Amino acid sequence: MSTPATLSWFAAHEFRLAWRDWLAMTTGGRKVRGFVLFATLALFYLGLHFLANALLGPWISDGINSDKPTLVLVTGTGFLFWTVMLSQALESVTRAYYSRSDLDLILSSPASSASVFAVRTGATAFATVLLACLLASPIINVIVAYEGPRWLAAYGVLAGLGALAAAISVLVTVGLFRSIGPARTRLVAQIIAGIVGAGFVIGIQAVAILSFGNMNRFSVLQSPEFVAATPDLSSLLWLPAKAALGDLGATLLVVAIGFGALALVIRLTSGSFAQHAIAAAGVSATRVQQTASTRPFRKSSQRHALRVKEWKLLRRDPWLLSQTLMQILYLFPPALLLWVSYGQSAGTYVVVIPVIVMAAGQLAGGLSWLAISGEDAHDLVVTAPIHPRAVLVAKIEAVLCSVAVIFAPLLLLVWIASWDLAWITAIFVAVSASSATAIQLWFRVPMRRAMFRRRQVASRAATISEALSSIMWAGAAVLAAGNSWLAALPATLALIILLAAWALSPKGKRV
Amino acid sequence: MPTPDFALDISGLKKSFDRPVVIDLELKVKAGEFYALLGPNGAGKTTILRMVAGLLKPDAGSISVYGIDTEKDPIATKSIVAWVSDEPMVYDRLTPLEYLEFVAGLWRIDAREAERHSNELIDWLGLRPHANERCGGFSKGMLQKVALAGALVHDPRLIILDEPLTGLDAGSARQVKDVLKQKVAAGVTVIMTTHILEVAERMAERIGVINHGRLVAEGTLTELRARIGRETTLEEIFLDLVGQKEADIAGVAA
Repeated sequence: MSTPATLSWFAAHEFRLAWRDWLAMTTGGRKVRGFVLFATLALFYLGLHFLANALLGPWISDGINSDKPTLVLVTGTGFLFWTVMLSQALESVTRAYYSRSDLDLILSSPASSASVFAVRTGATAFATVLLACLLASPIINVIVAYEGPRWLAAYGVLAGLGALAAAISVLVTVGLFRSIGPARTRLVAQIIAGIVGAGFVIGIQAVAILSFGNMNRFSVLQSPEFVAATPDLSSLLWLPAKAALGDLGATLLVVAIGFGALALVIRLTSGSFAQHAIAAAGVSATRVQQTASTRPFRKSSQRHALRVKEWKLLRRDPWLLSQTLMQILYLFPPALLLWVSYGQSAGTYVVVIPVIVMAAGQLAGGLSWLAISGEDAHDLVVTAPIHPRAVLVAKIEAVLCSVAVIFAPLLLLVWIASWDLAWITAIFVAVSASSATAIQLWFRVPMRRAMFRRRQVASRAATISEALSSIMWAGAAVLAAGNSWLAALPATLALIILLAAWALSPKGKRV
Repeated sequence: MPTPDFALDISGLKKSFDRPVVIDLELKVKAGEFYALLGPNGAGKTTILRMVAGLLKPDAGSISVYGIDTEKDPIATKSIVAWVSDEPMVYDRLTPLEYLEFVAGLWRIDAREAERHSNELIDWLGLRPHANERCGGFSKGMLQKVALAGALVHDPRLIILDEPLTGLDAGSARQVKDVLKQKVAAGVTVIMTTHILEVAERMAERIGVINHGRLVAEGTLTELRARIGRETTLEEIFLDLVGQKEADIAGVAA
């Protein structure tokens, strides 16, 4: 047992909490459930290896050269991966400052806040590396199987890059605290995380669309013009790629740079952690002045009062706005593809329809949770003289109207190109959004809106069925757009998923 | 239609979760009365009130509010009842006035009347300087006042309050108490749970003591004193009735 309030003591404390949290989240306190989940995940993980083998096997069976096109491809793919790591690390670091839980207790104790910060930043780096390793390991393991153990060095590269991502995230967060203050840091950091996570993917897709007329980002990385325009092989830019390809010196250098940067950043910024965390705590006490309204109270029906309330709350929720912005950001490539393909054959439009349909389902799922489950004044609404069904109908109307407003411009673009495709897209957007809303309705559990992040934990069945139904409707939409009767297949699967979700939902247990 | 004598008439009420929480409860509160429901933590007070407000379904028994069966006609009941919980539930991103407009919409109050009444309540509860600020940064006391204004904006005939004074400063508590007194003077029935026995002693016309899900005593302060047979404070009576006195003394001594 280590000495209380030391770095190792805090590390053990954090590890214990994280482990119990994870166990509770995955098993729900039931051993059988935990076993089934682990078995399913293990099978899924194995399946990913088969998938990676099917995708990479033909490409690597003749051996991987350490030439420039390979380095460009590995670097580009690695950078895509790293942006996701950076995005995740930024979110985690921001949480370390804003999440209250035990922070008030620790900061009010005589223990060193620098130690807490060091442990939490280290935990962020560890979680980032762990997730990256889990996601990348099927690819790395398949390459190791074909090319030999030198490719295991890729894990070292991931560790180094994960540590670097955590270090940069801390610098960005502290920089935001100092430049724009604690009230805006959280929101801006979340937006940056979203843009970083999506930005490079979207950017490279945009280039692929404009240059090659498709959304395949590898078209850019593999094009001779792009390869020729990159620096020569002696450039430091290729260091991580060389390390991943088994260059031991390069691997050590990448690991040293990553962890050295993390240690330095922790050393430089840990002293200000308490100060920023306390400033972040004060944000909730900040009052926001609305423009004094001179308009009289409006006469409205009960349902309209509920709809207006929902729209007002959605509009005034900066975090939700940032999330919606992210969803719209992901719609940028299909919108761009629509734009550049304007007037061309219908085949091009078929590419974007599933993206729009899937995004509609995902957005509707989030909004539905906020409107249906995330009711801050649950008691007020339940004790109001209105039938519970009318409350739900009003909330669903509010969500579907919001989805319609967000997707109307995209549907308009499709409509300009093809009247038939616009109708098909609109129908599947409505079906996908309605399905996600229905799932949220069946799994509704009253919670504070601030618990939005925990909604996926609250019901994994709801989250998974919501995602799967969106995917199936997207598949059905693209096949329907191509006039294929096969559209019935994913549509049937989507209905089966909905039926399964309904069967799994805790129906009939509410007042 | 004649006004029933009782604002609240509970008969044979039962509710269990993992254990029985409310057991065969019989409780009657007269119209226009200020009734305090006392009991130790976990006695079942909040469960009883949540059933009256329609937030929980009873396992058995009946609840009638001003003669309306809450089970048979929940909408009619809800239109004359207001519920205020110990944790004020208001929307962080609405201002007090916007919140009151929303509540008025839910209770179908005429817009002009609702606006006039809302402004009155805002002034009455000292919320005018904050009427156009979002509730997100409000203190507990201010949130409780907003919630109370929401409960009053539709002119309920029965107000149910669960620990409304918890966490309020002296000034806010006084304002809430004054508002409740004025409402009772105007004929409204108020049922309130509280752990602040002094408040119950001063404000309530009748007091009910709940322990282990049962009503163990009920009456005016004088009647309760008579029951235990000595002239003493409500605190002494309460501890005597719930059997905590000896246990607590033993605990302190240990």
